[in-house]
Amino acid sequence: MEKQTIEQLESTASQVRRDILRMVHAVQSGHPGASLGCTEFFVALYFNQLNHDPNFKMEGKGEDLFFLSNGHISPVWYSVLSRSGYFSPEEMDTFRKLNSRLQGHPATEEGLPGIRIASGSLGQGLSVAIGAAQAKKIDGDDSTVFVLMGDGEQEEGQVWEAAMYAAHWKVDNLIATIDLNRQQIDGPTAEIMDLIDLRAKYESFGWEVIDTLQGNDMKSVVEGLEKAKSLSGKGKPVMNLLHTEMGFGVDFMVGTHKWHGIAPSDEQLANALGQLPETIGDF
Amino acid sequence: MEKTLDLKFNYTEKKDTRSGFGDGFLEAGRRNPNVVGLCADLIGSLKMGAFQKEFPERFFQTGIAEANMMGIAAGMTINGKIPFTGTFANFSTGRVYDQIRQSIAYSGKNVKICASHAGLTLGEDGATHQILEDVGMMKMLPHMTVINPCDYNQTKAATIAIADYEGPVYLRFGRPSWPIFTDPAQKFEIGKAWKMIEGTDVTIFATGHLVWEAVVAEAILRSEGISAEVINIHTIKPLDEEAILDSVAKTGCAVTAEEHQYNGGLGDSVAQTLARNNPAPMEYVGVNDSFGESGTPTQLLDKYGLDAANIVAAAKKVLARK
Repeated sequence: MEKQTIEQLESTASQVRRDILRMVHAVQSGHPGASLGCTEFFVALYFNQLNHDPNFKMEGKGEDLFFLSNGHISPVWYSVLSRSGYFSPEEMDTFRKLNSRLQGHPATEEGLPGIRIASGSLGQGLSVAIGAAQAKKIDGDDSTVFVLMGDGEQEEGQVWEAAMYAAHWKVDNLIATIDLNRQQIDGPTAEIMDLIDLRAKYESFGWEVIDTLQGNDMKSVVEGLEKAKSLSGKGKPVMNLLHTEMGFGVDFMVGTHKWHGIAPSDEQLANALGQLPETIGDF
Repeated sequence: MEKTLDLKFNYTEKKDTRSGFGDGFLEAGRRNPNVVGLCADLIGSLKMGAFQKEFPERFFQTGIAEANMMGIAAGMTINGKIPFTGTFANFSTGRVYDQIRQSIAYSGKNVKICASHAGLTLGEDGATHQILEDVGMMKMLPHMTVINPCDYNQTKAATIAIADYEGPVYLRFGRPSWPIFTDPAQKFEIGKAWKMIEGTDVTIFATGHLVWEAVVAEAILRSEGISAEVINIHTIKPLDEEAILDSVAKTGCAVTAEEHQYNGGLGDSVAQTLARNNPAPMEYVGVNDSFGESGTPTQLLDKYGLDAANIVAAAKKVLARK
């Protein structure tokens, strides 16, 4: 796939945001907040960074792999997968409905192209990505494995088992990103369970850590991923702390946990879509 | 007692089933370069050391972090590796149930969960480590295959066989030194029950260490004029329902024997099969809704009612219900 320019990526992101909102609205269910907040990251990854083949093969030999650990933000992933050719955009119309391959949380059971593991129960994706990265090392495959986690998800103990393991085994073909939006279901992370200093935590666990301070600015996100890539292959796993705003792109959804898991009404959808140009064509 | 009985199977040597796993694991590694190993700080207990020594580039010490180990194993399957995880049965199941459920079973990953020190025969460590619920937890998971072999030879054969099978497997074995009474050259067929001894009055369906107790029980029953059929159910899921129904159609009653709770074990699987097809009288030999405790394996099997004498008693009880 040809790499999109920053301008093209921004245009794609607008369509992806429309897809997210229309999917969640259609079934009145799903998680729009962090999906919107991570749109730049997903678009940058799939349309500019990943070496990947939409003619999906589970084993992905010679390809970069991506794992989504915080599976509830499935709408943004489904949109990006379909818009990059893994399946038809029309299938987004089945999101969360009976007999769909687009399950509420990503799954392999129905065989949706692009998904390599089920996720949703939090804390598991980092381990899975490390395993996939180590298997690539065994095979002499020098491509990179990417994984995204939520910040609230850092409260799960398994994440830290995995963090310790990745440094010990020098899994340096792994780039993890944390969506640092500082929100979780019950409120701000600082009130629910303070993450304090994730950079210091990961550094002390033996990781190379970078911050992408403007996680909703396409150029910054691309530059952050490129910097992360330049730091990989040097004996340490790489952590990209992606500072985002939940609900970014829609003025009444931005910066609050209130849109973590609720759908917009008809009027709210119309209002939101008015803020987001239809650039590729709605499904 | 064993010495004076006319046993249909005999042994000259005893060995732990975990050693059958360790030797089978090494052999599987030699046959297939995709076989990899992971262990959560129990390499000696799981007998995984020989594999680690021969294939250091395919073996991963995870430290005491079983949840992470299950996730790593799931990730390794994605490009075709066949990971064997090793820890105690307790830490292979209950401790990591959600990791197995989501990342392995629901995701259909080709992970072999190899679980030692299962059941009461772990002995002196006591109830914290004597898991008696693991078969139930694992067999409830869609896609999961559950295997509980009976001796060193069968465990070795099963370990080699699961490497060639595509899909998640729970392989359960144990710590005590136990009679080796099956053929070292046996072919292990997943899901295929093995009729070890033919009989006409009652069928004993046994799994794991209690298969040996069933062999002893058959000889005792025979000496008293009762003809028992002994069927080795090494694969609890998928269950060989045809073998179960064929046998009970002939004998008209059944006893199940396992080192597990009544709830969720082999007994429940057999009862479900009989209830749906041929509701014949059946008795359970197993642990009835209690935890274990410290003691020697022999003392514990006696106290909790899991030895040959208890199988004999259950057979007589079920015969009276025919």
